[in-house]
Amino acid sequence: MVGSVALPARDVAAALLDHAPGPVGDIVLKIRLPRVLAGFACGGLLALAGALLQVLLRNPLADPYVLGISGGAGLGLLAATSLGLGYAASQLAGLAGALAAVLTVFGLSFRAGDWNLYRLLLTGVVFSAGCGALISLILLLAPETPVKGMLFWLLGDLSDATSPQWAWLALAALGAASVLGSGTLNVLRLGRTKAASLGVPVAAAEVAIYLIASAATVTCVSLAGPIGFVGLIVPHLVRLLGVTDYRWLIPSAVLSGGTLLSLADTGARSLWAPLQIPVGALTALLGVPVVLLLLSGRR
Amino acid sequence: MRLTADALTLGFPGRVLCQDLSLALFPGQCWAVLGNNGSGKTTLMHALAGVRRPLAGSVRVDDAPLAHMGAAARARRIGLLLQEEPIEFWGSVLDYVSLGRYPHRRSLLGYDPEAERLAHDQLVRVDLETLAGQTLSHLSGGERQRARLALVLTQDPAIYLLDEPLQHLDLRHQMQALDCFTGLARAQGRAVMMVLHDPGLARRRCDHAVLLYDAGPPLAGPTERVLTPENLERLYGVPVPL
Repeated sequence: MVGSVALPARDVAAALLDHAPGPVGDIVLKIRLPRVLAGFACGGLLALAGALLQVLLRNPLADPYVLGISGGAGLGLLAATSLGLGYAASQLAGLAGALAAVLTVFGLSFRAGDWNLYRLLLTGVVFSAGCGALISLILLLAPETPVKGMLFWLLGDLSDATSPQWAWLALAALGAASVLGSGTLNVLRLGRTKAASLGVPVAAAEVAIYLIASAATVTCVSLAGPIGFVGLIVPHLVRLLGVTDYRWLIPSAVLSGGTLLSLADTGARSLWAPLQIPVGALTALLGVPVVLLLLSGRR
Repeated sequence: MRLTADALTLGFPGRVLCQDLSLALFPGQCWAVLGNNGSGKTTLMHALAGVRRPLAGSVRVDDAPLAHMGAAARARRIGLLLQEEPIEFWGSVLDYVSLGRYPHRRSLLGYDPEAERLAHDQLVRVDLETLAGQTLSHLSGGERQRARLALVLTQDPAIYLLDEPLQHLDLRHQMQALDCFTGLARAQGRAVMMVLHDPGLARRRCDHAVLLYDAGPPLAGPTERVLTPENLERLYGVPVPL
């Protein structure tokens, strides 16, 4: 209904229900519906990854990018683009960069069947900082024209996200796995020793959490770039609303993350229509006041 | 259910805390663990509970080595009260205490349907039922300690390993906690081992004791044989009237 081209609600409904041909049907079914679906899947995946990493790292500031995935993906994508590779090759390079980040950080911090969580966190942060520096360098040295497109991607942008099937598949699988493990997530909140004494195989559970959160983040980053803020604030938003049991927190975070990002993206492509801004810029602008408001209302 | 330690040696690389300790904890027994700060009391409790690997020796439940037992099976048999836990827990006292049912859950997703009722019964036992809906982090230190006791009681193991169960408690709740655990040993045949700092209390309320010396091998056995004035003076380095 809203966007670069304004469409009447009746035409949108007709396109969705009757698959009516013509330009309206094409815009709705081929451009806007996939984009809304992609936005929802990305928001859900980011909120899921954030909720999982906040338990794993026992740190309320953990977000999906703290362990270097966005840095690796960004570096891969930018390096490929500035070397003149095409769109598909650059996307693949981004995915490769993200996976390389997951493996590097894991490999450096996990030794002899156990890991030190501080080492994991610091390895991720240092890795991210290194990637950030290289990304800035590439942006500085790259020729003018492709740079603007890169900036869009670096902020997180859904305008290229036309095929959200994989993200939905990932969301369903990873979300289901996390809900099944939510009893264990609850116990892990008590710390590693207490969790072990209550029968959690701690190291195995932590590796599983790390891999699920990484898979969610990689899927989202490869679809839409590192959209900020959703993964950090949505779990807290849900907690501030009184949901602390992970059996409810996981589904609530996925639903609110998806809804929030779909709404933000609708704003991003319609507020300054026909100009479109990256959704990552808007999530921060929307999210900050909401969280500050909730925090100030808290005893 | 019997918990046995065979030639157990504990410590960190470069620091041996508990040399060559052997003991057997039988149903119905109540043990005290005594020692100075840093003598290895906590390390011993963690090793006996199977959450810490010994440098040498082994721990067995009946005849099964703890190291080869699955985590959940172990947690149904042995409950461990920690001396320190992270304070930040976003949830209510009842949510916290219900987590004690984790090793008994029958489905991946939830706890058994009785979890909340069982947790509530234990909250009544430690006088916290009026605070059940409160956020755990809003409780005082002593109240939080009672919530931890309630969690272990909700876990309902055959063997209770309690690291400083009386810390932060007022006198009435100290006596209540002691009555509760010695009662579990004597009336219900559970095995109890607790870290205490008062040898008089240990002598009155426990039937066995372990003394962890700063130097030299530890001493384990029945209270009347182990808790003598000479042994205690050697342990603490000050005269101990009993």
